[in-house]
Amino acid sequence: MADKNKNSAGVLRRLMRYASPYVPMFILSMVFAVITVATTLYAPILIGRAVDVMIGRDNVDLDKLTPIVIELVVVVAVTALSQWLMSLLTNKITFNVVRDIRNDAFCKLDRLPLSHIDSHPHGDIISRIITDIDQISDGLLMGFAQLFTGICTIFGTIIFMLRINLKISLIVILLTPLSLFVARFIAKNTFMLFHKQSEARGEMTSLVEEVTGDLKTVQAFGYEEEAEERFEVYNKRLQQVGVKAIFFSSLTNPCTRFVNGLVYTSVGIFGALAVMNGAGTFTVGNLSSFLTYANQYTKPFNEISGVITELQSALASAGRVFDLIDEKEEIPDSKDAVVLSEVDGSVEARHVYFSYDPKVKLIEDFDLHVRPGERTAIVGPTGCGKTTMINLLMRFYDTDSGEIRVSGTPIKDCTRSSMRSMYGMVLQETWLKTATIRDNIRYGKPDATEDEVIKAAKSAHCHGFIKRLPKGYDTVISDAFSTLSQGQKQLLCIARVMLSLPPMLILDEATSSIDTRTELIVQRAFAKMMEGRTSFIIAHRLSTIKEADNIIVMRSGHIVEQGTHDSLMEKGGFYSELYNSQFAVE
Amino acid sequence: MFRLFRYLKNYKKESVIGPLFKLIEACFELAVPVVMKKIIDVGIVNEDMGYILRMGGIMVLLGVLGLSCSLTAQFFAAKASVGFGTALRTDLMRHINKLSYSEIDSIGSSTLVTRMTADINTAQSGVNILLRLLLRSPFIVIGAVIMAFTFSVKLTLIFLIAAPCLAFVIYRIMSLTIPRYKHIRKTLDRTNLLTSEALSGARVIRAFSRQEDEEREFRNVNEELTVLQLAAGKISALMNPMTYVIVNIAITALIWFGGRAVLVGSISQGDMVALINYMNQILLALLAMAILVTNITKMQASAIRINDVFDVKPSVTDEGNSEVKADDSAPAVEFRNVSFAYSGSEEQALSDISFTVNRGETVGIIGGTGSGKSTVINLIPRFYDVSSGQVLVDGTDVKKYPFKQLRHKIGIVPQRAVLFKGTIRDNLKWRDKSASDDEIIKALKLAQAYDFVMEKPSGLDEQIVRDGKNLSGGQRQRLTIARAFIGSPEIVILDDSASALDLATDARLRKAIADETDGITVFIVSQRISSIKNVDKIIVMDDGRVSGIGTHSELFNNCEVYKEICLSQLSDEEVKNIG
Repeated sequence: MADKNKNSAGVLRRLMRYASPYVPMFILSMVFAVITVATTLYAPILIGRAVDVMIGRDNVDLDKLTPIVIELVVVVAVTALSQWLMSLLTNKITFNVVRDIRNDAFCKLDRLPLSHIDSHPHGDIISRIITDIDQISDGLLMGFAQLFTGICTIFGTIIFMLRINLKISLIVILLTPLSLFVARFIAKNTFMLFHKQSEARGEMTSLVEEVTGDLKTVQAFGYEEEAEERFEVYNKRLQQVGVKAIFFSSLTNPCTRFVNGLVYTSVGIFGALAVMNGAGTFTVGNLSSFLTYANQYTKPFNEISGVITELQSALASAGRVFDLIDEKEEIPDSKDAVVLSEVDGSVEARHVYFSYDPKVKLIEDFDLHVRPGERTAIVGPTGCGKTTMINLLMRFYDTDSGEIRVSGTPIKDCTRSSMRSMYGMVLQETWLKTATIRDNIRYGKPDATEDEVIKAAKSAHCHGFIKRLPKGYDTVISDAFSTLSQGQKQLLCIARVMLSLPPMLILDEATSSIDTRTELIVQRAFAKMMEGRTSFIIAHRLSTIKEADNIIVMRSGHIVEQGTHDSLMEKGGFYSELYNSQFAVE
Repeated sequence: MFRLFRYLKNYKKESVIGPLFKLIEACFELAVPVVMKKIIDVGIVNEDMGYILRMGGIMVLLGVLGLSCSLTAQFFAAKASVGFGTALRTDLMRHINKLSYSEIDSIGSSTLVTRMTADINTAQSGVNILLRLLLRSPFIVIGAVIMAFTFSVKLTLIFLIAAPCLAFVIYRIMSLTIPRYKHIRKTLDRTNLLTSEALSGARVIRAFSRQEDEEREFRNVNEELTVLQLAAGKISALMNPMTYVIVNIAITALIWFGGRAVLVGSISQGDMVALINYMNQILLALLAMAILVTNITKMQASAIRINDVFDVKPSVTDEGNSEVKADDSAPAVEFRNVSFAYSGSEEQALSDISFTVNRGETVGIIGGTGSGKSTVINLIPRFYDVSSGQVLVDGTDVKKYPFKQLRHKIGIVPQRAVLFKGTIRDNLKWRDKSASDDEIIKALKLAQAYDFVMEKPSGLDEQIVRDGKNLSGGQRQRLTIARAFIGSPEIVILDDSASALDLATDARLRKAIADETDGITVFIVSQRISSIKNVDKIIVMDDGRVSGIGTHSELFNNCEVYKEICLSQLSDEEVKNIG
């Protein structure tokens, strides 16, 4: 599937599909492009004609000059107008198409299975939606307009020139591509230098990220001098390659300008000779038009070579974006899926098999019977895969085989949203939206009243600190917002769940990132929530674990033991080992 | 922006030669239409083929001269601008390294990285283009007008009207679009933020079934972005047509009035062609100017950001401090009525802290995140200065030490296990470049890291990739612990640095620290009672104050806060055994 987005014809076709609502506009913009090119090229001819009627003293035909001037004004006006309209149309098509693609790509994110989101670097997905789509607009759509007018200009110029004089046209047509070769030659030879420069820059950047990014550590170890020494080495190297890369790449303009100068001179000389010997078939005015053409003709060539590189990278970008859009989606809820509206709180797992990677078996033949209102603690060393349980219970991942039932209904037969809404989830990784505190608390119930919000905040013990914030409930917070402590963030997440308080809970107990005082408050809030509710707790605290009706012990992704505290201790397996090492060392 | 130009001072010659040669090149360019005019007026009229060829030769010569001047200019501009960037980078790096913790807190490390990389690159290319184009474009415009003046005084009037009109239109369009593009940038950042949130919050969004709302929000921002882009596009789409109209109307005017001038013989046909040429040159020069302005705007923004960093002065310095002689009878660390508030914060992070720690003691500091544990230990190496009171190391106020001497006494294990690219050995030798392998191995054993290091194919020479990604969190943490013990530190601070270790390893580590660190004063900061309950002395922090100092059993019986923490973390059995 992904392969089809690697061939440019396929990508272009996809893109055309996005552009299809704008086909009339597209055609119109091409028409304006042709008009613009034609009138732009016609103007030098008119100017040439004007020059021809002013031969010298007492030899100027003012009667002929007037209509030429009038025509020129009209031509200029038409050119400007059609050029403007063309730009407007191109903009409109570009930005609308890009908007549509961006919307599709974003909406895709909500339909991707979590396994995709978990296994792909977020930075990569973001750069597809932001940078790559930007590249499509700059490179593909704008580039196409430039390419089209460029080609029109080249052919138009050739036609106009040929109509005036064959020989001099040939000079222009044959000599001009020279500048292209020169530009190519320079580009080819500077590529290596640029490559070296970006390598040197990369080295420099990663050193800076390392050293400056962890400045506190550097200072704590008195590492500054050594850091500066290492830095100077990279800096000097960057300087050496930088001067070369910048110098050689800046040769392109002067060199092509020089070639243009040669073309201009040749046209001047041969044109002048043609005027001399042509006996009226080639005039000074023709020469003046030709000089203008000689200047203009190279421009589209230079532009096109730039546009083509842009186009290529834009096509690659578009391919990446379409790859994302084509990614396999979560299997949608079936049409006859049950909408869970009430549950008794019982959860059952039967013969569940699950693994992230088919080669590494994780959960095998797992059975679990949770009666309404029971507490299940999930314990194990850090990194043992406790989140796997959340993934399965919330159906972020589907089981490979076996089934999980909520209130007797297999969760695969329920709509995801109704099933998930039966759970209140508070994770240790506190995710808050960049929005006001109020909006964050009512995230699960956007139509909640102010009273409900405050009530939830109070029962999660966060009303107090919210009130103390300068803007209270209107304070805008974000994932990166640092004024709130980790504990306070977790309290907000609890308030978010408190607002609707579903019959079942998934809680993630804090480890060390939360302070003791707040932890006690969080514990109190947890306890309040859990009253009479079925709850799954990723537990670190002994009291929680001991009070649980059932303990699931996990180790490197596997479920190794299951039972009550006493039965597990008696068994003398991994749990008892864990328990003894944690709580009774030395 | 001009402040940064001081970094050109070692490239004075280059910064003058660059623009100068650009101007000479511009002169040659301005001469071309004159030669062309000669060809038309003299060569063609006199039917003098030799003259035409001679003039053609001159034009080629002008081209060659122009090219060589241009190359010279580009070379010096490249040299000067890259030199500028290099010098600026060195200086900024040096400045940043001098900043103290409170400045790093307020600016943020990632911002500093951007200043060092992206902003300096922008400033560098800005200087380059500035050296090449700043003088050239106005020079061509003025030069073209002057040349026109030599042909016809009256017709120059058209130039005098057209050139400012062009400049005004270009200026106006740019001044209208630049702020709009900034706005677009901001809106684009919002789409970026929403995307990144949609990914990081995927679980929460789905748990609350908020997908549709998130999508709606994105669509709204996206729509807003499109509207802004179209609006900005509408204005910038005017640039080409409007400049085209102005230039060609001016040419039409030239023809209209020029025709009459030719009629009375005040100018020739060749003059006419040359004038038209000059008009086109003005347009090209001004459009180049527009590109220059865009670059300068970007450069200026970067320059302001860079200068902002330069303007931040380190609040803690060791200037004028000379080597301190240790007083062997004094306690290793002493806090005397220390109070401290982070800059910009009115609340005191620490108030009236006093305690004494003797040489060789192991001290536990326990308390919640907001309680000030980390703040206390950050004051010992003088990462921050106290607001009042004194921190003494070996009997001398830390303010009297040179940083190097003070910080070399102290081995720190920070909360985040930071390792740099390089071999394991390189990373362990931070405190002491000449550390022997024996010393390293001893520290590795102490930190429970010896076994896994030896299991690596290259042992101590194993390469650590960036951010230590090829090691597990626990392994990284153990290496940072080993690192702190190398180079014979007198004081070692473990700042909550066993969080990634599994419990058994943590226990072994604690035992090793208790048994094998005679003579080293060790601070263990932790939230876990089990990590510190067996140390010589426990300091209990609560809300920026010391709420108790003593041993585990003393504190359990006398300190409410400590008891509360114990009860929440220990089993009943252990609680019963206290005392």
